Amino acid sequence: MNLLTVENLTVTLATGSGDAQAVRNLSFNVGHGEILGVAGESGSGKTMTALSMLGLLPYKGKASGSIKFDGREILTSSKREYRDLRGKEIAMIFQDPMTSLHPMLTVEVQLTEHLRHHRKVSKDAARNSALELLATVKIPEPAAALRAHPSQFSGGMRQRIAIAMALACEPKLLIADEPTTALDVTVQAGILKLLHQLRKERNLSVMVITHDLGVLSSLTDRIMIMYAGSEVESGLTTDLLRNPRHPYTKGLIAALPGNSASNSKNLLSIDGMPPELGNFPTGCAFHTRCNYAKESCKGAIPEVTNLNSTHRIFCPINPFSEVTSAGSQS
Amino acid sequence: MKEILNIKNVSVEYDRHGRKVRAVAGVDLTLNSGEILGLVGESGCGKSTLGKAIVGILAPVTGEVVFDGEKVKKLTRGKRPEHFRNLQMIFQDPYGSLNPRRKIGVQIADGLIVAGMPKKLALLKAADLLEKVGLPRNAVDRFAHQFSGGQRQRISIARALAAAPTAIIADEPISALDTSSQAQVANLLVNLVDEFDMGMVFISHDLSIVRRISDRVAVMYLGKIVEVGTVDQIWNNPSHPYTRALISAIPHADGTSFMPQDLPGDVPNPMSPPSGCRFHPRCPLAKEECKTQEPGLRKLGDGRDVACVLQTAGNQPVTITLN
Ligand SMILES: Nc1ncnc2c1ncn2[C@@H]1O[C@H](COP(=O)(O)OP(=O)(O)OP(=O)(O)O)[C@@H](O)[C@H]1O
Ligand SMILES: Nc1ncnc2c1ncn2[C@@H]1O[C@H](COP(=O)(O)OP(=O)(O)O)[C@@H](O)[C@H]1O
Ligand code: SF4
Ligand code: SF4
Ligand SMILES: [Mg+2]
Ligand SMILES: [Mg+2]
Repeated sequence: MNLLTVENLTVTLATGSGDAQAVRNLSFNVGHGEILGVAGESGSGKTMTALSMLGLLPYKGKASGSIKFDGREILTSSKREYRDLRGKEIAMIFQDPMTSLHPMLTVEVQLTEHLRHHRKVSKDAARNSALELLATVKIPEPAAALRAHPSQFSGGMRQRIAIAMALACEPKLLIADEPTTALDVTVQAGILKLLHQLRKERNLSVMVITHDLGVLSSLTDRIMIMYAGSEVESGLTTDLLRNPRHPYTKGLIAALPGNSASNSKNLLSIDGMPPELGNFPTGCAFHTRCNYAKESCKGAIPEVTNLNSTHRIFCPINPFSEVTSAGSQS
Repeated sequence: MKEILNIKNVSVEYDRHGRKVRAVAGVDLTLNSGEILGLVGESGCGKSTLGKAIVGILAPVTGEVVFDGEKVKKLTRGKRPEHFRNLQMIFQDPYGSLNPRRKIGVQIADGLIVAGMPKKLALLKAADLLEKVGLPRNAVDRFAHQFSGGQRQRISIARALAAAPTAIIADEPISALDTSSQAQVANLLVNLVDEFDMGMVFISHDLSIVRRISDRVAVMYLGKIVEVGTVDQIWNNPSHPYTRALISAIPHADGTSFMPQDLPGDVPNPMSPPSGCRFHPRCPLAKEECKTQEPGLRKLGDGRDVACVLQTAGNQPVTITLN
C-alpha cells in the first residue's frame, strides 16, 4: 500500500476576481521510501498541492477530493489533527530555509524545543538527539553549531539545519518545495546526496517540487509534470526524461540548455506564457501553446492515456506514439 | 573584432562595520563587440560587484575600466555622460529594478528624453522597443505589477536598449525565470547581441546556460578570475580545479541516475580570504605550496588563462580530475 494516495484533489483559492481552481482533479501517490518529483512552470499549482497535504492552504483556500496518508483520510482533519500530523508524520522544507527557522534563537533552542514538544523527552535526551540530527545532516562540529544562530550559517548549511528540524520527529513523508533552487550547484549537490541517503537509511518518502529537471533526474524515482493545476504526464524518471510523450513535457525537455541543436546559440523554447490563475484555457489548458493542438483539444478536458503500467499522459492526441527510441529529442 | 571594454586590475571594496572588505581583487578582462562573455562563480564571489564597477555604479579602489577608449568614471546623481550612455546594465532582480508607480513606457522613454528626444517621439520609440523584446506595444501604458517575471525582464532589456548600447552587463538576467521563459529571454539576448553587434557580459551562476550562449567564459572565485577561455576550452577541458568542480556539480537531466559531485566547504567570505591560492581550503588537489603562494594567471599553449600551479605557462593544459 502507498504511504500517500491523493485522489481528485481540487484546490480553490480566492482571487481578486472571484474563486479560481489552482489545482484541478489531481490524483497521484507516493510509496514507502519512494522519491516523487513534481515539476511544472511557476503557477502550475505545485506549492498549493503540497500545502493541502499539510492543511496549510492560504486564507479562504479550500481543498476537495481525498488525501489518504498511511491509510487514513486526512483532508477532513481538524486544525488540531493537522497540527499533530505536521512535523510528526509529514514535514516540509522550503526554498528559503529561514521559513522554518528563527534567525535569532540558537539552533539548540529551536531543535530541542521542537523535539520536546512532539516527543516529550528530557532536556538532555533532546540535546543528544539534536546532536545526532546535526551529524546526520552533515553539519561539521555539531556541538558548536548548536550554540550558533541560523543567521550565522551559509545558505547550504541553513538548508541542512532546516532538514534536521524536519527530521526531528521522524516523519514518514518529507515534502521539499524547491529545496535547492536558491543554492549554488556545488552546494545543491551535497543536499541531493543527503536526501538520497536519508531515503536509504530511514526509508523516508519524499515529494520534491522543483522546476529543475536535472535535480529531478538525479534524485527521483518517478516524476509528475503539472500544467495549469493538472497533471499532464507522469512516469518513472528514466521513461519520462528519455521518452517524454506529452507535448508540454517534450517542450520542457527540449528547452534544456544541453538539448538544443548543437551549433546554434539559440535554445528551443515553448512559445507563450503559462496561463494565469482564473484564466486557464478550456479543454486541454496547454492548447494555446501546443504545436499539435487540434480543434477537439479546446473542448473536452483530456482523458488519461496509459502508455504502460507506470507512464501516462493526459493528451488524447498522443502525437509521439510512433517514437519508441530512448533519449530522442525533437 | 573590436575591443569595447578593457578591465584592468580592478578591485572593489565595501565598508563593513568599518572594516574594508575586498569583494573584487584585481580583475583583468576584455570584451569585444559582438561577443558574449560569460561570468560564472558561486554566489558572493563578486560577480555583481564587478558588474557594477564596470558600469561605474561602484568606484574601483585599484585599476580602471576603459569603455570604447575612455575611462569609466563613477556615476553621479546627475546626467550620465553622453559617451557612457552606450554602456548599460541589466539587473539581477526584475522586480526591484522597475518603478512600480510609473508607466512602463515612461520608464523606457526616460533615457531618451534625458538625451534630448521630444517626449512624444520617445514614447513611440519605447513602444517599438517593447515590440522588439516580444511584448505588445500597448504595454507602454501598463505598470510593472501587471507583468510576469519573464515579461518584466524583457522590459528591463527594452529599457537598456533605449540607450542604443554598444556593451551590456547582464547580471543574472534569467535566473529568476521559469525554464521556458529562460530559453526565450536567453534567445532574445543572443539575437540582440548579433543584430546590434554589441558586447555582452552575461553574469550567471548557471554554467550550463552560460555554456550555450557565450563565446568565452570567465570563472570567478572569491574576487579573482581563476580561468578564462573559450566555451569549448572551459566546458570540455577545464584546467582549473574550481572550474572542474563547478562542471561536475551540474546535474544531468538525462534520466540516468547520475549523481552530481558536491564541493565541500563553504563558499568563502571576502572578509578573511585564505592565504596563498584562495581556493586551497576546498581544493582536492592542493599542494603544500598552495597554502602560501598565490598562483597568478598564466597563459597556456591553447591561449586560455588560468591561475593554478598545476598548469604551466605555454604548455597545453594538464587534464584535471577530482576525487
Ligand atoms: N494566497 C493566495 N491567494 C490567491 N492565489 C494564490 C495564493 N497563493 C498562490 N496563488 C495562486 O495559485 C496558483 C498556484 O500557485 P502555486 O504556488 O501552487 O504555484 P507553483 O506551481 O508552486 O509555482 P512556483 O513555481 O512559482 O512556486 C498561482 O496562480 C498563484 O498565483
Ligand atoms: N552593499 C554591500 N555592502 C557590503 N558588502 C557587500 C555589498 N554587496 C555585496 N557585498 C559582499 O561582497 C561580496 C560579493 O558580492 P556580490 O558581488 O553580490 O557577489 P555575486 O554577484 O557573485 O553573488 C559578498 O561577500 C557580498 O556579501
Ligand atoms: S490534448 Fe491537444 S492541446 Fe493538449 S497537449 Fe495534447 S495535442 Fe496538445
Ligand atoms: S593552485 Fe593549488 S590549491 Fe589552487 S587550484 Fe591549483 S592546485 Fe588547487
Ligand atoms: Mg511554488
Ligand atoms: Mg549577484
